[in-house]
Parts: sequence; structure tokens; C-alpha cells
Amino acid sequence: MTDPLVIFDLLLALAIVALAAASLSVRDLFSMIVLFIIFGLLSALAWVRLSAPDVALAEAAIGTGVTGALLLKTLHHLRFASGTLGQKAAYGVTPVAPVPMAVIMTNAVFCGLITLGLVVAFLGAPAAGPGFDPLVAEAMPQSGVEHPVTGVLLNFRSYDTLMEVVVLLAAVVAVWQIERGLSEAPAPAMGEVWQGFARLALPAIVVVGTYLLWVGAEAPGGAFQGGAVLAAVGLLLLLTRAYVPQPAHRGIARGAFVLGTAAFALVALLVASGGRVAFEYPLDHAKTLILLIEGMVTISIAVTLAALFHGREPVALAKGDRNDT
Amino acid sequence: MTPDLIYGLTGVAVFGIGLVGALSAQDRLRRVLALKLCSVGAGFLLVVGAWREPPAAPDPVPHALVITGIVVMVSATAVALALIRRLQTLEATDER
Repeated sequence: MTDPLVIFDLLLALAIVALAAASLSVRDLFSMIVLFIIFGLLSALAWVRLSAPDVALAEAAIGTGVTGALLLKTLHHLRFASGTLGQKAAYGVTPVAPVPMAVIMTNAVFCGLITLGLVVAFLGAPAAGPGFDPLVAEAMPQSGVEHPVTGVLLNFRSYDTLMEVVVLLAAVVAVWQIERGLSEAPAPAMGEVWQGFARLALPAIVVVGTYLLWVGAEAPGGAFQGGAVLAAVGLLLLLTRAYVPQPAHRGIARGAFVLGTAAFALVALLVASGGRVAFEYPLDHAKTLILLIEGMVTISIAVTLAALFHGREPVALAKGDRNDT
Repeated sequence: MTPDLIYGLTGVAVFGIGLVGALSAQDRLRRVLALKLCSVGAGFLLVVGAWREPPAAPDPVPHALVITGIVVMVSATAVALALIRRLQTLEATDER
């Protein structure tokens, strides 16, 4: 007796591997990115099958949605800079020297050997080894939330999550520095259909993002998924030019970038000053504190991801002063 | 055949494809994308490691690790893409 879901799993797995190979071998860079986005969404579906809905949400929203938008924006910029924007297909926008066949073969052989080694290691690994699930299940009543993944992210392993927010902050600082003085590739104007779509979609996205944040305490969802969905609001606003970043708004943006890290660190310090270990939230206030941190982190993530998409820091550029750094 | 076996092998295969791409892709954009494929492959293996036979709930710790990994990867991708844009602009001004 075969479970019909096994056939689904097999087909999905085949599609994922085929899409991964296709996205790297297709010549047109635009097709490459589109194939990658489909690949990411199917991977998220596979993770739902592996009963990891939180991870699937994060992969679909951040790993595929935001990453795909970043890639498409960069492709547009590269085609503009190399003057190939008028061509229909986007072949190699960076200068390419032909690689000797021997190098490619050596690469393929070594990567094949490594992959084979990984397969052997994976098949030889003990199945369903002891994990952290008994420990987490035992400690859940002290976490202040009902959803284990949120409990792990915001309570048991808060240091990881704090550092993750710091990484995001560091990324936006780095991008602003790298792109300083860089001129923007003119974005194609969005049609009226888009304007109408944005007006309809924006309120819905705000509600979905906030819901994901709120529901994270007891069901799949949370700050990162909610933040990424809210970042989509920023992306739509930027794309439809409903919001054009102004130099005067940099202060607010900087405040929003730091908000999550600051709130997180502040709560840890306050908890620590009360004679406890940092992040050992008092049980009565654990849920309030976690939701407070999550709310602030969500704002930071949404603004930071939108800023990463926009790229260049909005500085006032005088005419003919564009490469002044 | 259980989902963990199927998707575990999928993860290894995706990682391998990404590795080949990262080493032999010529285009910078494609190389960044190949590294992203590697990270998804690694994520697959962690999620598979957390999987338990259905009535039992999966292990939440690897799930939290993968979510952290996804956010770190998008930060790294954004910085890499900014560097690529900068390089391209510098090359374009050099040629003129």
C-alpha cells in the first residue's frame, strides 16, 4: 500500500531539484530569477510537508519574496549600467571570460564527490536521533507563549535572535555605505493597474502582517514572517512611487532600523538588572515582554528589508555631483 | 519511503547543484543565486532533522535555526548585490 502523498512528495522533490538545476543553467538572467522564485515557493511547500510551517512562511516571504525582489532590482540596475536595457534577453550582464572545459569538469567532479559524501552521511545518520524536543516541551510552560518555535526564538535562544537582528542592522549600514553616491537606475513607471492594485492590496497586507505577528504566540507566524509581509507594503509603496524616500526622512529610517535591536537589548538589560540572567523573563510578564520585543523587531525588519530593497541612502544629489563620495 | 528520506536527498541534491554553480558560474548574479541555493539545501537538511513521524510534533530548535539562517542569508544577499551594483557602475565609468 502506497500512501498517495508519497507520490506527491516524490514529484515535488523532482520539481525542486529540476528547478534548481534549471535556474542555474538557463542563459537569460531574468528567467533565472523567475525560476529561482518558483523553486523557493516549492521548497516552502516541501517544508510544510515536513511539518515546519514557520520555516515555510519565512522562506516564502523572506527567502523567496524579498530575495527575488532584490535580485530583480539588481538585474535592472546592472542592465541599465551596462546599456543592455533595450535588449529583450539579459545574457551575462557582467564581463565574462570563457572558462576552460577542464576547470568546469574538475569542479563538477569535486562537487559530485562532496555531494556523494553528503548523501552517504545523510543515509548513515541515525534516524530520529534525540533532539531538543523533550527539553523544549518540558520548558514550554515557563516561556510565556504557547507556540514552541516562538518560545525557542524569543525566549530559550534569544541571543541568536538578538544577533540576527544585529546582522540585519549591519546589512543596511553596509548597503548604505557601499551605494553612497551611486546614481539610481531609472525605474520603469508602473501603470495605472498597479496603482489600483496597490490601493486594494496595501490594507490587506498590513492586516495579514500584523495578524502573523500577533498569532505567533500560539500558532505558526511571528516577528520575522510578519515583518517580511509588512516589508512588502514598503516595496509596493516604493514601486508605485506612492512614497519616495526623502533625505529628511533618514532620521526616522535610522530610528526604525535600530528600534528592534534597542528594544531587545533594553529588555534583556532590565531583566538582568532585576537579579536574573539576561532573557530570563519573569513568568508573569513573559508574554507581554515577548510581544513587546516582537512588535519592535517587526517594525525594524519591515523598514530594514524595504530599505535593503531601495538600496541607496536617500541623500540630496546636486546636479553633476553624482559620484561625489 | 518517508518524507524525511525524500526531502533529505532533495536537500543534498540542491546543495550539490548550488555548489557547482557557485564554483563555475561566470556571472556574478548567478553566483550569488547559487550560494542561495546552497543555503536552501542546508535548510532542507535541518528541517528534515527536526521531522518526527506525524503524531509527534517536530523539534522546534532546528526550525528556529533555519528561520535565523533565512534572515541572515537575505542580509548577506543584499550586501552582495549592493557590491555587485557598485562594481558594475565603477566598471561602466572606467570604460567611458
